[in-house]
Amino acid sequence: MMTPFTTLCSTAVPLLRDNVDTDTIIPSREMKSTGRNGLADGLFAPWRYTDVAARVPDPDFPLNQPKAQTGQILLGGANFGCGSSREHAVWALAEYGIRCIIAESFAPIFRANCIRNGLLPITLDRSVVNSFGWQTLDVSLFAQTVTAAGIVHEFAIEDEPQLMLLEGLDAIALTLKSLPEISVWTTNDRARRPWVYTGSPA
Amino acid sequence: MQVREAPHLATWPMIISPKTLFEKIWDTHHVSQTAGGAHLIAIDRVFLHERTGAAALKSLAASGRPVCDPTRVFAVMDHIVDTRPGRGDGTLMEGGSAFITETRAAANAAGITLFDVNDRDQGITHVISPELGIVLPGVTLVAPDSHTCTQGALGAFAWGIGSSEAEHAMATGVLRLDRPKTMRVTFTGTLGFGVTPKDMALHLLATHGAGGGAGHVVEFAGSAVSGLDIEGRMTLCNMATEFSAMTAIIAPDEQTFSYLAGRRYAPAKFDDPYWALLKTDEGATFDREIVIDASTIAPMVSWGTSPEHSMAISATIPQGPDSAHAYIGLHPGTSLLGTSIDAAFIGSCTNARLSDLRRAADLLRGRHIAPSIRKALVVPGSSAVKRAAEAEGLDKVFIAAGFEWRASGCSLCFFAGGESFPEGSRTISSTNRNFEGRQGPGIRTHIASPETVAASAIAGVIADPREVV
Repeated sequence: MMTPFTTLCSTAVPLLRDNVDTDTIIPSREMKSTGRNGLADGLFAPWRYTDVAARVPDPDFPLNQPKAQTGQILLGGANFGCGSSREHAVWALAEYGIRCIIAESFAPIFRANCIRNGLLPITLDRSVVNSFGWQTLDVSLFAQTVTAAGIVHEFAIEDEPQLMLLEGLDAIALTLKSLPEISVWTTNDRARRPWVYTGSPA
Repeated sequence: MQVREAPHLATWPMIISPKTLFEKIWDTHHVSQTAGGAHLIAIDRVFLHERTGAAALKSLAASGRPVCDPTRVFAVMDHIVDTRPGRGDGTLMEGGSAFITETRAAANAAGITLFDVNDRDQGITHVISPELGIVLPGVTLVAPDSHTCTQGALGAFAWGIGSSEAEHAMATGVLRLDRPKTMRVTFTGTLGFGVTPKDMALHLLATHGAGGGAGHVVEFAGSAVSGLDIEGRMTLCNMATEFSAMTAIIAPDEQTFSYLAGRRYAPAKFDDPYWALLKTDEGATFDREIVIDASTIAPMVSWGTSPEHSMAISATIPQGPDSAHAYIGLHPGTSLLGTSIDAAFIGSCTNARLSDLRRAADLLRGRHIAPSIRKALVVPGSSAVKRAAEAEGLDKVFIAAGFEWRASGCSLCFFAGGESFPEGSRTISSTNRNFEGRQGPGIRTHIASPETVAASAIAGVIADPREVV
């Protein structure tokens, strides 16, 4: 069960660069354990710290600014979350406290990882995203709106991700309910494509 | 949740034309549609590696869910394994051996097939999967690794996912997907002398951007694609994730079937009617089409911090984001040719197959890298590639030229906290990503073909491989 995402009112922290990659969001060297925890400290390590080893914060990095301390919304440019499929990038963001990312566009694996972890990825026009910097935004997933300074911006999201996020659904538990039909399909498929099922060497 | 019954494709010839190759694979793996409009798509193969696989396997075990068909799940140690001689579970990355030992324990407990550190078949996921015939035309294959798109070169629908999705595929045998959009990128004509599939990929990125693929399934087609050998097709498909595509795919042809036939997990013969259907029908439409004249492509090198920051090797550096110029230390309007480099790397799932090593060795034979090169590595893509290269004496060519010859793994395609290049190095690298810090803090990476890496290592500066005679 994920934490459901319904509404969020928070400060939008601008990180308005294109092609922010998951190596930067969580460098490989910061992925020190085989689990999903303990990653927030390494979030954006190359940009967030002037001395990564000593963890000296860079005061100019947006997340380090005093007004970002309660910010749960991150703003990005085009192709946010590109690069490695590492879900650790989303785990790090979630552990740090980010619940929503608004960007011009997202890399597909990163976006799917957000949805599986209760983080809402919102796509809006570049000029709109840029106008949100440091504003307090009201996000409603049910209404599919972001409200900034009284202006309502609608965003699109597919039905299934919306439902998964709104209800905090566990995708595996949900799919396991379809196991009978999956089994039937697989039985038929074994007859059609036996070569797929030669898991042990042919 | 209500589940609607999807039209079932009982026999393959009933597939109604015209459809794209991707649509045919999608339809033949379609189990049902969910109330939310997503689709349950059957997953034929899951491939894990130690960097992200342990998390998925451990989480699955902790939830008490078994792997639904362990015979179709594979794992390999590639990401952080040591590539120096005599390796064991120890890693240069501090704490890295836990990833290896925990993946091994979890893989054994789950009953999946593991290619361990010193297994004969060990290698980079996307190199060994085709070598062993685990990926096949028309199958669905997922791995928690973005470069899984490489395997689309064999005509599979293969794509990278997160750890949670890997867990989902192992537990249920399906993934919940929204139907992706489709794109065809047609390379017409023929490639010029010294121009490689890597240059095709970098050219596409330079002209259409790192977000240009935007979640599409990209079919590569055209005479310059069908003219590539299987390994070259893998290089081209490998960088589809750099294009932000969901994945890439190339229609299988006689070359594909003869490459795979008889490999360990592949059929001995591809004689089922299913295989003949695996092509895009005449008249099938794509959401987007891009056409590129392959004869206009030059050897490419990246100049900045995104793969889209790539250019023809003899061009001048364009104006890009200030942050990219600042990190890479090169100004717009200047030339890349002649830029001093400190290190060279030949490896990765992009360019470390036997043909890549042969072409690089051809340039290095009888030559030596420049004295200014402080580190030069060749890391074969798999243990099988390493053995085959050694049987041809390629290892001796590289060593005589001043390269180190390593055991197989992902190695310095990325910095995991252990081995890196000398501080402040500018590297020329046959890998796929030139992100800030990708190969180590402050390391400036230029990605290019193995030929360009070899030519540049000889010259000590970024050099055009066509001019090495």
